[in-house]
Amino acid sequence: MSTFAELDHDDVVIATEIVGKSPRELAWMRFRKDKVAMFAVAVIATYVVVALFAPVICALLGISPTRLDGAALNDYGLPNGPFGNISFEHLLGVEPGTGRDILARLLYGARVSLMVGFIATFLTTTIGVVLGVVAGYKRGRIDAVISRMTDLTLAFPSFLLIIALTRPFTQRLEAIGVPEGNPARLTYIVLVLSLFGWVYVARVVRGQTLSLREREFVEAARSCGASNSHIIFKELLPNLWAPVIVIVSLSLPGYVSTEATLSFLGLGMIAPAASWGVMLGDSVKYYRSDPTYLFIPGIALIVLVLAFNIVGDAVRDALDPKGDRQNLL
Amino acid sequence: MNSDIALQAINLVKYFPTGSSGLLGRPDKSVKAVDGVSLTLRKGATLGIVGESGCGKSTLARVLTRLIEPTSGQVILNGADITHTSGKELRDVRQQMQMIFQDPVSSLNPRHSIGQIIGMPFTVQGQFDKEATPVRVRELMKLVGLNPEHFNRYPHEFSGGQRQRIGIARALALNPSVVIADEPVSALDVSVRAQILNLLEGLQAELNLSLVFIAHDLSVVRHIADEVAVMYLGKIVERGPAATVYTHPAHPYTKALLSAVPIQDPSSRGGAGRIRLQGDVPSPIDPPSGCRFRTRCWKAEALCEEQEPLLTDDGSGRLVACHFPEETPVAIGNRAQ
Ligand SMILES: Nc1ncnc2c1ncn2[C@@H]1O[C@H](COP(=O)(O)OP(=O)(O)OP(=O)(O)O)[C@@H](O)[C@H]1O
Ligand code: SF4
Ligand SMILES: [Mg+2]
Repeated sequence: MSTFAELDHDDVVIATEIVGKSPRELAWMRFRKDKVAMFAVAVIATYVVVALFAPVICALLGISPTRLDGAALNDYGLPNGPFGNISFEHLLGVEPGTGRDILARLLYGARVSLMVGFIATFLTTTIGVVLGVVAGYKRGRIDAVISRMTDLTLAFPSFLLIIALTRPFTQRLEAIGVPEGNPARLTYIVLVLSLFGWVYVARVVRGQTLSLREREFVEAARSCGASNSHIIFKELLPNLWAPVIVIVSLSLPGYVSTEATLSFLGLGMIAPAASWGVMLGDSVKYYRSDPTYLFIPGIALIVLVLAFNIVGDAVRDALDPKGDRQNLL
Repeated sequence: MNSDIALQAINLVKYFPTGSSGLLGRPDKSVKAVDGVSLTLRKGATLGIVGESGCGKSTLARVLTRLIEPTSGQVILNGADITHTSGKELRDVRQQMQMIFQDPVSSLNPRHSIGQIIGMPFTVQGQFDKEATPVRVRELMKLVGLNPEHFNRYPHEFSGGQRQRIGIARALALNPSVVIADEPVSALDVSVRAQILNLLEGLQAELNLSLVFIAHDLSVVRHIADEVAVMYLGKIVERGPAATVYTHPAHPYTKALLSAVPIQDPSSRGGAGRIRLQGDVPSPIDPPSGCRFRTRCWKAEALCEEQEPLLTDDGSGRLVACHFPEETPVAIGNRAQ
């Protein structure tokens, strides 16, 4: 027995470290060193907190996203003061035409953007990972069916469909009991984004699974008598989180912008509800007389999308420091 | 059934369908990865299987361990036909027979700690116990020469040799009686090969394992094998007691393989000096007619193309598949008697 207990010579080097670091811990350590990414995380966290506490903040500041303030507007319906009437009362000014507080609308708009972004991401990731793993692992007929579904979905002119189906689908949702108006419209947006979004996740996950399933550790598990569910959940999934996190962090900002775009085009949320897209759509009418109004929601959107993209890139770098996709697997 | 036999393969065949299938039809070609292999592994013995890359060694190992089902033929483990078992019975088979893999990188799940990796067999067999399993895993780590304190470490923190020890510990977890090691040292530095070989040899004696040891070069199995089988393009060309095959190879291919082996004493090399094999291994999709080795054999004659040489005993207890085998002293001696 003791003869086998002799260690490889390089054991000595390793023994000086105390605790083993999992690949996830190592990635987190690398991520934390990225100052810009950490700042972007702080920005996103601020958005989330502010969105969550929008009603509280508005109550404290005595503002409301829907209250009309005629006193802040001049005879032409434009804000009284310079820069859209930025004042102590209205920190970011007021909306031309209605006099609603822009800061309050911005805060409530963040709720819509983040909610759409997070829910759509959650749905696309769940559907995409499940279908991708099953297709890649099972191969054969199941794979053929799922792959045809992805091809078909990708072939659809999705944006056109989203626009064309808005009315019939929101009506349908209202018919089955989703509250009329903005809730139904929001539900539609989330569902339709998920319907077209899962394929991107599924394709990446399927590809990764195809190569993972050929690894010897999968055979090792099988040769010990592991069931398919053990192999999928315990052996494959832990190796898929890295690529999944990367697509998620890069697709989330896409959903945020799409919601803004749809609302901008009048297909998403509609006033008086607050959404950045609605605000942008409204503000272009006043871009000459009140440019501040255009900049505020625009900057809010750009900063959020940028922050998500920076985090997404940093996550990818942290998970894959050599840039050779090795550690993604 | 001979109770002395741990594992037996009878005429195993594994074809992989491949190539362009017709528009509607099934694939029309197949890779003949294993093509009629028969083997016997005695209890407590070591059988070495040797052959060049691509000759079907891993496929044979996967058929033997029932990771894949053979196209035809039989696998018999401890007297029971396991060729087509499934479900619970197959899970029991998995306890009795385990595999050690070739690649120390891809054979360990990078997201699992060493404790999880070596404990996995218990988990999947439904034998996981919160108290007993970690204790047993640490015992196994000690058994293969790993520091049990590294229980919570991850594979990327270990060297190739240590990773292979982890793989060995995992294979031994369920107390198998048969272990199939598929090129367990091929991917390792020469300096650590001997350590792993010694470890396997010691473990075999200590645990009374029946071992199938696969390698692509005869020198590796020399010390460890009691019996060797030489494979070429999916077939066994020579099989017999290690002593006989090493000192007096009968098949030209074995001779060529042996002549490539660096040895201290050239005179102990059965026969002439160094033989260099010409050309590449032909494709297993479309192997040569007759003797599969004939395209590279310096002794090939017309007969070799027309007729396939069968694996026959040359009188010394060694089987050889060649129309013109080497005249070995053993065979000659036996014939003279
Ligand atoms: N799943 C498969 N599908 C199709 N062909 C396969 C498959 N697995 C193996 N083969 C083919 O079967 C032949 C034998 O492969 P195998 O891996 O058994 O060889 P090997 O002797 O283990 O080689 P190596 O020394 O490189 O490990 C090769 O030509 C290989 O391409
Ligand atoms: S049968 Fe003929 S070709 Fe084949 S190994 Fe023997 S001599 Fe060579
Ligand atoms: Mg192999």
